[in-house]
Amino acid sequence: MSLLIQYTLIFASVLMLVALGGCFAEHSGVINLGLEGIMVIGALGGALVMRLFLDLSTPMMILGVVLGAVIFGLLYSALLGVACINFKADQTIVGTALNMLATAAATVFVKAMNASINPDDVSSTIQYVDQKKNFLLYFGDFEFNWFMLIAVIALIVAYVVLYKTRFGLRLMACGEHPSAADSVGINVIKMRWSGVLISGIYGGLGGICYILAGVSEWKFENGVAGFGFLALAVMIFGQWKPIKIALAALLFGFFRALSNVYFGFDFLVNLNIPGTVYNMLPYIISLLVLALTSRHSRAPKAEGIPYDKSKR
Amino acid sequence: MEDAYAVEMLHITKKFPGIIANDDVTLRLKKGEIHALLGENGAGKSTLMSVLFGLYQPEEGIIKKDGVEVKIKDPNDANALGIGMVHQHFKLVECFSVLDNIILGAEPLKKGFLDKATAKDKILDLSKRYGLEVEPDAIVEDITVGMQQRAEILKMLYRDNEILIFDEPTAVLTPQEIKELMMIMRNLKAEGKSILFISHKLNEIMEVADRCTVLRRGKYVGTVETKDTSMEELSAMMVGRDVNFHVEKKPAHIGDAVLKVSNLTVASKRHKNDAVKNVSFEVHAGEIVCIAGIDGNGQSELVYGLTGLEPIKSGKIEFLNEDVTKRSIRHKTEKGMAHIPEDRHKYGLVLDYTLADNFILQTYYQNTYSTKFGGFMKRDAIIKNAEKIIEKYDVRSSQGPNTIVRSMSGGNQQKAIIGREIDREPELLIAVQPTRGLDIGAIEYIHSQLVKQRDEGKAVLLISLELEEVLDVSDRILVMYEGEIVGELDPHTVSEEELGLYMAGAKRNEVKA
Repeated sequence: MSLLIQYTLIFASVLMLVALGGCFAEHSGVINLGLEGIMVIGALGGALVMRLFLDLSTPMMILGVVLGAVIFGLLYSALLGVACINFKADQTIVGTALNMLATAAATVFVKAMNASINPDDVSSTIQYVDQKKNFLLYFGDFEFNWFMLIAVIALIVAYVVLYKTRFGLRLMACGEHPSAADSVGINVIKMRWSGVLISGIYGGLGGICYILAGVSEWKFENGVAGFGFLALAVMIFGQWKPIKIALAALLFGFFRALSNVYFGFDFLVNLNIPGTVYNMLPYIISLLVLALTSRHSRAPKAEGIPYDKSKR
Repeated sequence: MEDAYAVEMLHITKKFPGIIANDDVTLRLKKGEIHALLGENGAGKSTLMSVLFGLYQPEEGIIKKDGVEVKIKDPNDANALGIGMVHQHFKLVECFSVLDNIILGAEPLKKGFLDKATAKDKILDLSKRYGLEVEPDAIVEDITVGMQQRAEILKMLYRDNEILIFDEPTAVLTPQEIKELMMIMRNLKAEGKSILFISHKLNEIMEVADRCTVLRRGKYVGTVETKDTSMEELSAMMVGRDVNFHVEKKPAHIGDAVLKVSNLTVASKRHKNDAVKNVSFEVHAGEIVCIAGIDGNGQSELVYGLTGLEPIKSGKIEFLNEDVTKRSIRHKTEKGMAHIPEDRHKYGLVLDYTLADNFILQTYYQNTYSTKFGGFMKRDAIIKNAEKIIEKYDVRSSQGPNTIVRSMSGGNQQKAIIGREIDREPELLIAVQPTRGLDIGAIEYIHSQLVKQRDEGKAVLLISLELEEVLDVSDRILVMYEGEIVGELDPHTVSEEELGLYMAGAKRNEVKA
C-alpha cells in the first residue's frame, strides 16, 4: 500500500511539474507541445550532473542535479521561444520538432560520451545507482523522494506567481488578449518569452524527476514515454489552474502507479487482467477524460496565435 | 493670453505604403473641452489618434503637451503624459474581473504582491465621483457592453489621465446607454478633463462637443465651434458636398407576397427559451418592410431562422410560393434570397480572402466560375466579376480585386457585401443593420440602394435599431418586442415617440398576418 502511495506521489510530482510548465506557457499565449522533448533534455542535464560529479554531498548533489535539469530545460525551451515568438512559426509544428529532436539528440550525445570513455560501450544509458540515493529518505516502508517536496514548492510558487503578483496578471492578459495588454504598455513579446522559459524550467525538472522515479539508470532512447503529453492532458483536465492541475496530476499519477504495483494487490491479480492493460490505463483514462471534458474547457483565448501588433 | 491647449498636434503627416493617411493635419485640444474629431471611415481619424497614442510614428509634424514639444514612442509614453484612450473595440480581458482589467499595467503592490483591496477602494471612489457604475468583482464577459465601456473609462481615470480619447464610443451602445455616456462625458469635463471624441454621428457631436475638427481623406478641413454651426454644415465639411439626410423615394407599388412567414418559432442560441415566438408576417414585392426593435428582442434569431443560419423550432416559411422551411441555404440563395448579415465579419466575408474570392462565396460552384469537370476555378471570370462589382458599387480598396478584405475599411467591406448581394438580382433582400458603424456618405449610399431595389419591384426586409432609419426608409414597420411582433405601423403617420413606446413594450396592437 505504501508502495502505491509512494509511486502515486512521485508520478503525480512529475505530471504536476510538467503540467504547470505547460500552464505558464499557455497562459502567456504559447502552446508548448514540446514539453516531452524538454523533459528529455532536462533529464539529460540532471543525469549528466550525476554522471560527472560522483562525490558531491547530498545537498550539493540535489542542487546540482536540479540546476542541471533546469538549465538544460530552459535552454531547450528557448528554441521554442525563438521559433514561435520571434519568428512566429507554427507552434504545433515547432513543438513536435522539438520532441523528435530531443530523444534523438540525447541518444546521440550519451552514446558518444559513453564510447569516448569506454570504446566498447555504445549504449545510450546513464547509470546513477549511488547518486540516486541522495534523493531518497526512508520513513519505514515509505521511500520519500526530495522531488515530492520540490513539486509541492513548485505548485505553491506557480499559484502565487499566477494569482498574486503583477507578473502573473500580465502573463495571463497576454494569453487572453495580447492587444489589450499591449495597449496598457505591457511588452507581450517579453511576457511570452517568460512564459516559455518558465515552462522550460518546470519541464526540465519534471524530466529529471521522471527518470529518478523508479529505476537507477536511464536509457535515453526511450525518451520519457509520452509523459509530456500526459502532462498536457493533466493541464487541460486541470483547466489551466494550478490547484486543479495538482488534483488531476494525483489522479493520473495514481493510475500510472497502479501499473507498477498492481501485483501487490491480491484482488487485482485475481482479476487476471494482463499487466499491459494497467500500463495502458493512464493513457486510456486521459483519452476518456479529454473526450468527455474538453468541450467545457476554456483555454487561454489567444494561445497559439503569434502576436502581431498591426492586425485589426 | 489665448486659451491654454492641453495637446497640440501640429502639421502631422503619416504615410503608409500607397496611401497618405494623414496629410498635414493639425488638431488642438483646449483644456477642459470636449473636442470632436469628425470624418468618414478612412478619413484618417484613427490614424491620427494612433499617432497621439504612440502606436504610430508620424513622418512629419510635432506634438505639444501643455505647450512643450513631446515625443510619444509607445502607449507607455502616452500614459506618462496623461493621455488615455477608450478603443472602439474594447481592450478588455474577458475572463478577468473588472478590477483586474482596470489595474492591468498599473497594478498597486504591497510587499511585492498585488494589492487589490487598495485598488478596489480607489475604483469605487472614482466610480462614485464620476457616476460610472461598475461592479469591480464581476467578470467582464458577464457584464453589459455599457458597463464594459465604463470599465474602460475607469481604466483611464485610474491612471489619472487628463486627456481622454473616445474612439467611436457610441457605435456599440443602446440609445439609453448613449444618453448615459453623454452625461458621463459632461461630468468628466466638469472635473477638468479634456476629451477627444471621435465620431461620425453628427447629432451626438452637436449635443456634447464644444468644438469640432473635420478631416476628409486624410486632410484637415477645418475646426469649428459647434454652437456656430449646423449639422448640414458639418456634414458638408465631412463629405465635401451637401448630403441628403432624408431618403428621397417615390410611393411604393406593392406587388404579390414574396415572403410569407407563418407561426415561426426560433429557439435562442442558448436554447433556454424561444427568442422568436409564433411570428407571422408577409413581405411583398416593391416594398421595404422594416423590423424595428431594441437590440436583443429576437430580430437576429428571426433572421437566422429565415436564412437558415439556425434551425427553426416550428412554423412555415414560404418564399415565392414555395415552402422553403426545410430547404438548404444554397437553394434559397439560388431562388433569389439575398442576405446582408448583421455581423459582416462573421457571416458576410472571409476576411483573409481577396475581394474577388469574397464576391463568389455563394456562386463559386457555378459554371461561370469553375469548370464542369474537376472544379478548377476560372480565375479570369472571377476577376472580371470582381471588377464589375467594384466599379458598379464604388468599392474602394488599395489593390482592386486582389485586396485582402481585412485591410479594407468597414464602409467598403459593407459596400462589397451589398454589391455582391444586389448584383445577383435577388427577389428578396434581407438587410440586417446594414448601416451599423458606417459614416453618413456610406449610409446615404446604402439607403439609396435599398430604395432602388424596392423601386425595381423587389422585396426588402430591413432590420434596424436606428429610429431615424426605420422611419425614413421603410414603407411598413413591424415592431418586435420580446420575440413577438407587437405592432404594425405606418411610417408616414407614426411619431418617433409612439414607435419608441412600441419598442419598449409599453404599447401593442394586434397584427393581422
